[in-house]
Amino acid sequence: MPDTAPHIPLIALAGNPNAGKTTLFNALTGLSQKVANYPGVTVERKEGGWTVGSQRSRLIDLPGLYSLDATSIDEHIASDVLRGEVAGSPRPDAVIAVVDATNLERNLYLVTQLFEYNIPVVVALTMIDVFEKQRHEIDIDKLSASLGVPVVTVNAAANRGLSELSDAVATAISFQQIPGLSVESEAENGRIFARYNFISNAVQESVIHNDQAAHGLSEKIDRVLTHKFFGLLILIAILLLVFQTIFTWASLPMDLLEQGFGALGGAVKTALPEGVLADLLVDGVIAGVGGILIFLPQILLLFLFISILEDTGYMARAAFLMDKLMSRVGLHGKAFLPLMSSFACAIPGIMATRTIENQRDRFATIMIAPFMSCSARLPVYTLMIAAFFAGQTVFGFISLGAVLMLAMYALGIVVALVVAFILKRTVLKSPPPPFIMELPPYRMPNIRTVFQNMLTRAWLFVKRAGTVILAISIILWALMYFPQQAGNSEALTRPDAEKAETMNVTESEHIRNSYAGQLGHAIEPVIQPLGFDWKIGVALIASFAAREVLVSTLSIIYNVGKDETEESPTLISAIREAKNERGEPVWTPLTALTLMVFFVLAIQCMSTVAVVRRETNSWAWTLFMVGYMTALAYFAAFVTYQGGRLLGFS
Amino acid sequence: MGDEASERGEESMRLPDIETGSSADVVTVHGNGAVPRRLMEMGLVPGVRIRVVKSAPFGDPIEIRLRGYSLALRKTEAEAVEVAV
Repeated sequence: MPDTAPHIPLIALAGNPNAGKTTLFNALTGLSQKVANYPGVTVERKEGGWTVGSQRSRLIDLPGLYSLDATSIDEHIASDVLRGEVAGSPRPDAVIAVVDATNLERNLYLVTQLFEYNIPVVVALTMIDVFEKQRHEIDIDKLSASLGVPVVTVNAAANRGLSELSDAVATAISFQQIPGLSVESEAENGRIFARYNFISNAVQESVIHNDQAAHGLSEKIDRVLTHKFFGLLILIAILLLVFQTIFTWASLPMDLLEQGFGALGGAVKTALPEGVLADLLVDGVIAGVGGILIFLPQILLLFLFISILEDTGYMARAAFLMDKLMSRVGLHGKAFLPLMSSFACAIPGIMATRTIENQRDRFATIMIAPFMSCSARLPVYTLMIAAFFAGQTVFGFISLGAVLMLAMYALGIVVALVVAFILKRTVLKSPPPPFIMELPPYRMPNIRTVFQNMLTRAWLFVKRAGTVILAISIILWALMYFPQQAGNSEALTRPDAEKAETMNVTESEHIRNSYAGQLGHAIEPVIQPLGFDWKIGVALIASFAAREVLVSTLSIIYNVGKDETEESPTLISAIREAKNERGEPVWTPLTALTLMVFFVLAIQCMSTVAVVRRETNSWAWTLFMVGYMTALAYFAAFVTYQGGRLLGFS
Repeated sequence: MGDEASERGEESMRLPDIETGSSADVVTVHGNGAVPRRLMEMGLVPGVRIRVVKSAPFGDPIEIRLRGYSLALRKTEAEAVEVAV
């Protein structure tokens, strides 16, 4: 930047988790937020515009922190930002310390550490309404005097105190009010003790606590919600309710989106002359990106619920309840929710692992999240069960289909736990993560925070659909489309009645000769021990894009037309009756079971691969995941098929 | 490891030994490294009063109350905290 450019002040926003920092940041910056990652790490960097005094400034939201001792990656980044050591970000001109009045002493600990950075500090005191409702009293001027920095009370949800905060920050910058506390002690423990002594004195001088009121409501709620028995029941009930709601509420918008993309495809087809361009746009771009974007309603809803659970304080309780079980396989209690979310879709689940501080624990959770049977596997399970296990029962009254479905979910969970156990003792070896976690008081969720949270996540998802997924869709389309043969255009000139059938015949003929078909033939020797032929091979290759693509690809290969769904009788009868060159059936119940096992364990979802790349920031981990999951899926399918044959099944 | 409280003749114990519902004063946090330091940063410094609120369904972690807020921690971590009743 040239020296003549006006200096735009940079102001950092620091505070404990749950102190109301996000709400304040949203209130100050409104819609001018930019969310990105810090270079080289997956810590989120949020920045927005804010007017300080009368001057335009940049407000940077630091991650939620309890201290600045650089033990976690968040603390490390925050400390670097405050020293101006992050690329593209100068040293901040001032820092706003967000302090929760109801939890004053622990919140002020971070403030005493901020004093050591030689930057003007302004304390923004939040939750003052709750604090006063508990009939405590606080003398703001005295607190400000004993801390040695300005203190402003704010209520971000009601937009109160924001202009006062702006003025205080402007004054602090122009008068360079650098706080004066420095804690001298040789030992680290001695410094912590000295800071807390300073805080205790400051609080004693300015606050009169009402001992009667304290912490009543949250503790009462917790008597039920973290009850040894009812707590677990309620947790399960809440999760069931969330997933049930996601599936029912999302189905209508998902159908609408699907129809919308179908109509869009149709419109493009009529508007454009027939040819490669129209096919590329309709079958490649619109079908590929649309196929992923129809999951957007589910993702929005899941993040709506996650944001609400987080904002109310329940999420910490869920981790508290589940930590013992999770720690048995070496995971953190916080891994529970991302894993549960992955039953809907691994993408939001993997994105939700950001709450896990330790990188190794977070990576271990990411590596096993795709084993949770997501909604995209359902069409595959449904098709296989409908074709080969329909109407059969176990013990005369339990439907075999339901048992198989449950078995597939259980297989995913068991494998995930075993893999986590192994990973945490080998490549991700680290002591069991410490579990030292605040249980914040229950609060009504802030609507603005909840929605902003949800939209930020959703936008990340849409952006990915428009880039990585678009590229891979085009590649897959090209593999199924080329090389083009003369026969295809001939079919188009025939009369309409004949045309439909001929097109389907030529389409499957076309797939046989396409690069995808050639690939299917090429991998046939590899998948033959699993009982799969080249046609299943083509479907497997295509379903790398997304699992449910298997159904539509099989429909194309077996000439049943593209509009078939997993329950359509023609696709079911087509795969039941399919014969190989020797006249034997291609599909048997054992083949179907093998395919289901393969789908439980294989990572056939390019969006998941893309999100893992993004969240781990490492191709090595991404490829490791693709490699080990594929190997595991192959091995399990091999054991299923060959073992089944040895036992006399077919 | 010398228990500072016992040297002063008081009854000294570790945080997991405290019964649910009882209160105690922190005497010291033993050990070095990230976990003891994090415990101190969260406010478990000598002299602070804590109360054990409950333990989770499978007996671990435990919830304690200090400085007006609730903290959950595993018993293995709580073992580092020496307290006096």
